Amino acid sequence: MLRYANPNRFMRLARVLTPWSAGLAVLLTAAGLWFALVDSPPDYQQGETVRIMYVHVPAAWMSLFCYVVMAVSAGVGVIWKHPVADVAAKASAPVGAAFTVITLISGAFWGKPMWGAWWVWDARLTAELVLLFLYLGYIALIHAFDDPARGLKAGAVLALVGVINVPIIKFSVDWWNTLHQPASVVKMGGPSIDGSMLVPLLLMALAFKAYYIYVLLVKMRAEITAGKVRALRLRQVHGTA
Amino acid sequence: METASLGEWLDMGGYASYVWPVYGIALAVLVGVLVHGLRALRGEQTALDGLRRDLPSERESNGEA
Repeated sequence: MLRYANPNRFMRLARVLTPWSAGLAVLLTAAGLWFALVDSPPDYQQGETVRIMYVHVPAAWMSLFCYVVMAVSAGVGVIWKHPVADVAAKASAPVGAAFTVITLISGAFWGKPMWGAWWVWDARLTAELVLLFLYLGYIALIHAFDDPARGLKAGAVLALVGVINVPIIKFSVDWWNTLHQPASVVKMGGPSIDGSMLVPLLLMALAFKAYYIYVLLVKMRAEITAGKVRALRLRQVHGTA
Repeated sequence: METASLGEWLDMGGYASYVWPVYGIALAVLVGVLVHGLRALRGEQTALDGLRRDLPSERESNGEA
């Protein structure tokens, strides 16, 4: 990890990995969509609305995964002054926020036909909404200071304190007996959903993960390049070039 | 699903107005985030190339050029 604290070394690796992650994301999405929308059965209780699950559940997993990556990177960036970790945290936040928005919207479109309501103040839904505010708060904080280092520090504190929300979301369905159904994929004794539904679910989850890696690499490369542009402009202004 | 017609598939068992918007919105959001990132990368790369031309003494062996 510390090997890639050097942005130039990271850039070389990122340029190689970018097209591979893009190709992988496209292939996995195509396969995932085929099984999600065509080659999987309707649910015996929920009918065709079960297909919303193939977007909703992987997006929800990603909303938590991106947050943990963001918080850990932000922490590493502040504690060890790891410049690439700062960039990773900054790049992760908008992608995680996007997955959180998709989770909330797809949940609403699933809740309406199944529960009869677009939104309820269920424990898990509320905690997921708090997650969105944590992402937005982090993005706002890191841009709120003239000195970017202070912004990153303030953002890291918020991100790390907000980690407490991740287990709350994960276990909300067990701690509070409210409307959202409990876990059916990751649980003791193996998944309780049929293989025909597990295949599209896992393919979409992998597709989202590949997409995340792709976008993260693109955003991190953009950010590091922006840093070089800033440094060169400063040198130009000071006439030291 | 093999025997179903296209119209039947699009209808999603009467839940078309719930299933399709989810896929459409997810696609729009994810493509939007990606395009935003790609544009930023291209913009910064162009700016960097321009600055490197203006500062020919600039010799950073970072493999960026």
